[in-house]
Amino acid sequence: MSKEWPLWEVFIRGQHGMSHRHVGSLHAADAEHAVKNARDVYTRRNEGVSIWVIEAEKITASSPSEKGPMYDPARDKVYRHPTFYDIPDEVGKM
Amino acid sequence: MKHLFEFLLRQGDNALVLGHRTSEWCGVAPALEEDIALANTALDLIGQTQLWLGYAAEVEGKGRSANDLAYLRDVYDFRNILMLEVPNEDFGRTLMRQFLFDAFQVPWLTALCGSSDKRVADFSGKSLKEANYHLDRSAETVIALGNGTEESNTRMQAALDYLWPYAGELFGEDDTDQAMQAAGIAVLPASIRNDWDTKVQGILSDASLRTPKSTFAHFGGRSGFRHTEHLGHMLATMQILQRSYPGAVW
Repeated sequence: MSKEWPLWEVFIRGQHGMSHRHVGSLHAADAEHAVKNARDVYTRRNEGVSIWVIEAEKITASSPSEKGPMYDPARDKVYRHPTFYDIPDEVGKM
Repeated sequence: MKHLFEFLLRQGDNALVLGHRTSEWCGVAPALEEDIALANTALDLIGQTQLWLGYAAEVEGKGRSANDLAYLRDVYDFRNILMLEVPNEDFGRTLMRQFLFDAFQVPWLTALCGSSDKRVADFSGKSLKEANYHLDRSAETVIALGNGTEESNTRMQAALDYLWPYAGELFGEDDTDQAMQAAGIAVLPASIRNDWDTKVQGILSDASLRTPKSTFAHFGGRSGFRHTEHLGHMLATMQILQRSYPGAVW
């Protein structure tokens, strides 16, 4: 068994931010400990008002080797951007 | 004024000496995360020191500054309790000491928030937020290590057994304490003993540690009567820059 604490990913919501942003990772024995460590490692310069942590191994990520099939098909479908519409002047800036 | 000066030195020296001991972990703690957490704690304590010793220097009225008090006094002029000056030994003892002190600081600073001296009340309010976090963290670590492995439990029990005879000094009482109580500046430390006992018993029991039975207590630090041999060594390191280059500034 590894003696190393598990890895946690840390998300912080800043003073004025609307959503939590990934800021980095750290090691901790459990979730409570991870929140405390996140407070000490990532908010010591007053960066945040809320902390989320999640054990890194609980995250399911897309595989870089599947980049082609995953993302290429979207490349030539520019019509999915809402840029082909004439917007009436009355609508103003969008 | 002599008693107020003395009281402020006790407040400041407790924070200064524990802050310096804690800072000794900087760069060598068992994990990067703990290293930063301990450095944060040390910085909180040094910050508190500046408040208390700054005020002490004003009250004394001899033109000394907080820096003069921190870096140019010798062992016998320090007024911290002995528990805070003994060496860190290991991570377990460091955190056990932090816990025993934090469990005192929280009810103590809470009481001082009602001080008749506005600055004492303000400093206490500011320090209390930090103390609450320190207590959360140290209590959690004591519980985790007490229940960790046989090795960690043994180390925590050894730390507790070693520190226990030093904890009683937190509740010392003399002329200064009585004068502070009479002036409404502070309460008697003994008045928060029940809070401390309850908190400490609860956490130690959650940590599967045995509370020592002995009520013997070492005294001498807060009165300045007798420090341990360790404080001089600590000050030699802490004060070397000001001693070697008097008046050196950034």
